[in-house]
Amino acid sequence: MNPNDIAVLARQIRRYALLSIHSATSGHPGGALSCSDILAVLYGNELGSQDKDVPASERNRFIMSKGHACPALYAAWAATKLINPQELTTLRHLAGRLEGHPHVGATPLAETSTGSLGQGISVACGIALGARMQGWSNRVYALLGDGEMQEGEVWEALMFANHHKLGNLCAIIDYNKLQSDNTNAKIMGLEPLQDKLRAFGWNVTEIDGHNLNEIAGGFDQARKDTSSPTIILAHTRKGQGVSFMVGKPNWHGSLLLTDEDFTKSLIELGVHETETPAWIDGTIFSKVAL
Amino acid sequence: MDRRYYFLKGGIMTDVKEPLQLGSSGDTLREAFGRGITQLASENKRIVVLDADVAGGTGLHHFRKAFPDRFIQCGIAEQNMMAMAGGLAATGLIPIVTTFAVFALRAVEQARLSLAYTERNVKIVASHPGLDVGPDGASAQCLEDLAIFRAIPGMTVLSAADPNEAYAAAEVIVEFNGPLYLRTGRSPAKTVYGSAHKMTIGKGDILVDGDDVTIIACGVEVARAVEASKLLKNDGISARVVNMSSIKPLDRHLIETCARETGAIVSAEDHNIYGGLGGAVAEALTMTFPVPQEFVGVRDTFGKSGEPEELAELYGLTAQFISEAARKAIMRKGK
Repeated sequence: MNPNDIAVLARQIRRYALLSIHSATSGHPGGALSCSDILAVLYGNELGSQDKDVPASERNRFIMSKGHACPALYAAWAATKLINPQELTTLRHLAGRLEGHPHVGATPLAETSTGSLGQGISVACGIALGARMQGWSNRVYALLGDGEMQEGEVWEALMFANHHKLGNLCAIIDYNKLQSDNTNAKIMGLEPLQDKLRAFGWNVTEIDGHNLNEIAGGFDQARKDTSSPTIILAHTRKGQGVSFMVGKPNWHGSLLLTDEDFTKSLIELGVHETETPAWIDGTIFSKVAL
Repeated sequence: MDRRYYFLKGGIMTDVKEPLQLGSSGDTLREAFGRGITQLASENKRIVVLDADVAGGTGLHHFRKAFPDRFIQCGIAEQNMMAMAGGLAATGLIPIVTTFAVFALRAVEQARLSLAYTERNVKIVASHPGLDVGPDGASAQCLEDLAIFRAIPGMTVLSAADPNEAYAAAEVIVEFNGPLYLRTGRSPAKTVYGSAHKMTIGKGDILVDGDDVTIIACGVEVARAVEASKLLKNDGISARVVNMSSIKPLDRHLIETCARETGAIVSAEDHNIYGGLGGAVAEALTMTFPVPQEFVGVRDTFGKSGEPEELAELYGLTAQFISEAARKAIMRKGK
């Protein structure tokens, strides 16, 4: 995809993520919006084909270690036609398969089940090592939240990946500086995060996580230097794309996304006012060609 | 750290040489499992072993020596090891996660989410269960693992009775597809089986037949149960002994049959009396054919340092205690 297409994809991921959260009447919008640009670059270009017929040894794997932001993951799948976009209206529904946190048993594209922070990066290490042991050529990606970096298991995984020189592994930290209850700094400070990551032996790239060129550049660099695993420290804003959500910890997950909030969000995300009712009742999928 | 120490001649940073890596030996369940899995791995190239710096003690030093390329050192970091195994399994390998039982507890939530919920073909093999650990004391004596792992949906839970069964378990767990927890054992153990023994998941095994009471045991308690049946026989009591190495799935059919035929049950395990084999047997009895049951196990307390046999005496796990429990269960019949 060219840069313009990626930008369009990122905007669509945001709209879709909010649509699914709105129809579920619960979910985590803030952290879904902060990683939408990263997911757009991943699913638009970096991961390559995710079709089932790609051999296991060639298909790149992506794990959403910050599982609570899965509305953005499902949105990325829908926006790249890996699932039917209509399915987004079934997020968190009993009859649906889009679980409140990613579950590989329901949606194989999830690669593993997450939602308990810290485990996705460990599973990614296992896939990366298993791939290397079997001579596979694919790469493995994991997206972590900044609050997730407080889990001890993450640092175990960081030590492990460096010790075993998993150069086919690339982690991205969605560093939006906010977590469930407050700022990272208030809950348990992470800084100096870059220094810590370097001290753990990883290649570290610090980027603006909303600048599509910088995101792509981070992945390029990770692919070039495979002597060690790479971590992309992506500075982001929680709620990016929707002005009234930006930087508000409450939009982590505790506020209900009302029809009014959703309408305002859609307009900010470039949806024409006359189209918003169809997004609200989910009929958008039958009304417009996708 | 005070950086001066780096430069001290003969100081802590300069004087460290790689030691010769040693391993345990003797007729223990851990050793037997280590030999069993190493034997299998020469044919099954998908087997990989994960260790958290205890291979010398879990019996997996045999594997480390034979297959260094498939021996994955995870450091003393069990949470990552457990979830990471799920990733390895996702690539088609068969990871054997090995540690001491008490350290497997540390990563229960990883086993739950990244192995059980995801239905990964990963085997957790835990040595050093129960008071059988001995002198290391309560921090290392895991008395809760059977209960905890049994409560995880989709998790199969096994406890080998003796070294021959632990050896046989290697083949059984590799043939089985899905997440599984296997208890081995630390201390030299009495054998109840010959070397040709085969273990079957979901099946109990009648070792001694009898009519008055059934002793259902697992792990080191199986040999003690056999001994108890001899003590009882001297007093004219005919006790049946069942090795219930498959704690989940449980052989409910056999438990029901034993309840119907002998009318009283004793469960015996080197584990808390709550939630482990005894709990599983009680659930099965209640749902099939309720009869009196007595529980032999550690009575909801922690252990302490001591030799395994001394601890068995102190905490009520010996053949003598099992035989007394059997008498009690028989006395309660029909009341």
